[in-house]
Amino acid sequence: MYRVALRMLLGDKTKCLGLVFGVAFSTLLVCQQMSIFFGLLGRASSVVNDVREADIWVMDPSVKTIDVPYPLRALELPRVRGVEGVAWAVPFFKATVQVRTHQGMLENAIILGIDDASLVGVPDAFVVGSIDDLAEPDAIAVNPAGFRLLFPGEELDVGRELELNDSRAKIVAIVDAAPAFAANLTIYTRYSLATQYTNNGRNQLSFILAKSADGTPPEVVAERIAARTGLKSVTSQQLRRESIMYVLANTGIPVSFGTVVILGAIIGVAIVGLTFNQFVMENIKQYAALKAIGVRNVKLLFMTLGQAAFVGVIGYGIGLGIAALFFSTVPKKSDALRGFYLLPEVAVGVAILAAVIVILSTLISMRRVLTVDPATVFRG
Amino acid sequence: MTTATDTLAVRCTGIHKSFGEGEARVHVLRGTDFDARTGEMTFLVGPSGCGKTTLISVLGAILSCDDGEVDVLGHDLRALSSGKLADFRLANLGFIFQQFNLLPALSATENASIPLVARGESVKAAETSAREMLESLGMGDQVHKMPAQLSGGQQQRVAIARALVHSPRILICDEPTASLDAATGNTVMGLLRDAALAGDRSVIIVTHDNRIFDFADRIHHMADGVITHIESPDSSREDAP
Repeated sequence: MYRVALRMLLGDKTKCLGLVFGVAFSTLLVCQQMSIFFGLLGRASSVVNDVREADIWVMDPSVKTIDVPYPLRALELPRVRGVEGVAWAVPFFKATVQVRTHQGMLENAIILGIDDASLVGVPDAFVVGSIDDLAEPDAIAVNPAGFRLLFPGEELDVGRELELNDSRAKIVAIVDAAPAFAANLTIYTRYSLATQYTNNGRNQLSFILAKSADGTPPEVVAERIAARTGLKSVTSQQLRRESIMYVLANTGIPVSFGTVVILGAIIGVAIVGLTFNQFVMENIKQYAALKAIGVRNVKLLFMTLGQAAFVGVIGYGIGLGIAALFFSTVPKKSDALRGFYLLPEVAVGVAILAAVIVILSTLISMRRVLTVDPATVFRG
Repeated sequence: MTTATDTLAVRCTGIHKSFGEGEARVHVLRGTDFDARTGEMTFLVGPSGCGKTTLISVLGAILSCDDGEVDVLGHDLRALSSGKLADFRLANLGFIFQQFNLLPALSATENASIPLVARGESVKAAETSAREMLESLGMGDQVHKMPAQLSGGQQQRVAIARALVHSPRILICDEPTASLDAATGNTVMGLLRDAALAGDRSVIIVTHDNRIFDFADRIHHMADGVITHIESPDSSREDAP
């Protein structure tokens, strides 16, 4: 009887397309918005993600997120190095700075200062140049999105000069750093240069990056550092989570995206539910005839669920396909969406949502099928 | 006129059926008695609103009555659950409706095969049987057509094929000629008569169409929820039981 159900559905092409469109639209909308949402949350911790060598971050106890550091005293660095289980510890500077090009382009940038000696804290993927180039005088590395922001339409290249707070800086490398939450332009330079560029005053140490010694869990070492120094000391994983939670708690992003997702689901239920209900109502006489012939209610229920499953799978496939196409093409061409992609978890979550949409819509309509009196077929 | 075997296929005694509540309550069947025999075409006639449709709904295992006995093919329908009633209909009854009620998205063959598919037969086997049934009804060259491509008479033949394809013991027809012209109506009635004779089944027909009364073995006249009298083919008149 599933074949009969499908033929009934496919026989009404307008409604079939309407149902598929409803599911596809909801799937696309929710997939796209959820993926961008998670992409934005990922940017909240992108600086942490890009520091691969360290597994412990030390900071002022009042710091809640990577994006709002509070300066530490320089003497905290040797104290951290002296804690048992710390393999090494290096300074890490983070601030915002205004950047100007010779062409007059002005942008806000995140400037990250890494240890002059070890150069720990730079992502390991360089598009142009190498980490060793940062040892040159006035050397800075910028991310590709930042370069394109400063020099629109130009090929990624080194050798250009920038002005940072009236100081000269030279681009010696393009580093494949993920865009940050606060700005698209990220600058990596040596710690000593970064503090010059920003003129932040006496206390300039934003974070201390540390590595736990082999065989000692970073959580244990982080607790020891906190206990010995009175500073906040967390693992990379914890800081990543805290930075994301800060964005969730202190911005309108979750509400904004959540509203769109809820609207997507509601619109899906409305379109699919109303169209399916209309389809059932227009075929109610046929359902009554099937009941009169002797088709049981439970079989009619499965027939209708079969129709819903067909619409759901096709609509979900189309919506997911368009969303996948979007994320496989647009982020490559747009720095604003760079690093955003369709998460498998989002695809699974939206599949469940699509199932809920079609099941809800089916159940609303099924009531009419189950209660229709087969005797209506005798009433002309 | 067919040759009755005098075996009762349907026997209804003292059926009562009401609809609605309180002052809006309508007593449709008022102790109605009815019977139909195997190998016989039994007509049920009467003015609109007299209870014909309610009666065939009850004896067709679609509607339960409030009181009385309903024995169809030896089964007490009042003792069966709604699921069992559906199974009973699928196994023993065939229906032909005034508006045909074919599924517009299915071809003639697919429409006619529905009872067999619903019984769990394979689609291929069901459609083979349906095609044979359609061919026997003179629809051999129309088997792939959709209902919208068929005339009223052809659609009714598809409906007859659907009603007969699973070899039911009883055929219940509601105004089978109401939507047809006289010639087509006669053809359809001829087919139904053949079906009654060939399958040793009972055919019950509700109709207003006095042009087809000649096909009846017995005519039950109904008024105000009761059978007033039964007319036999030789025009002799029996009193209602």
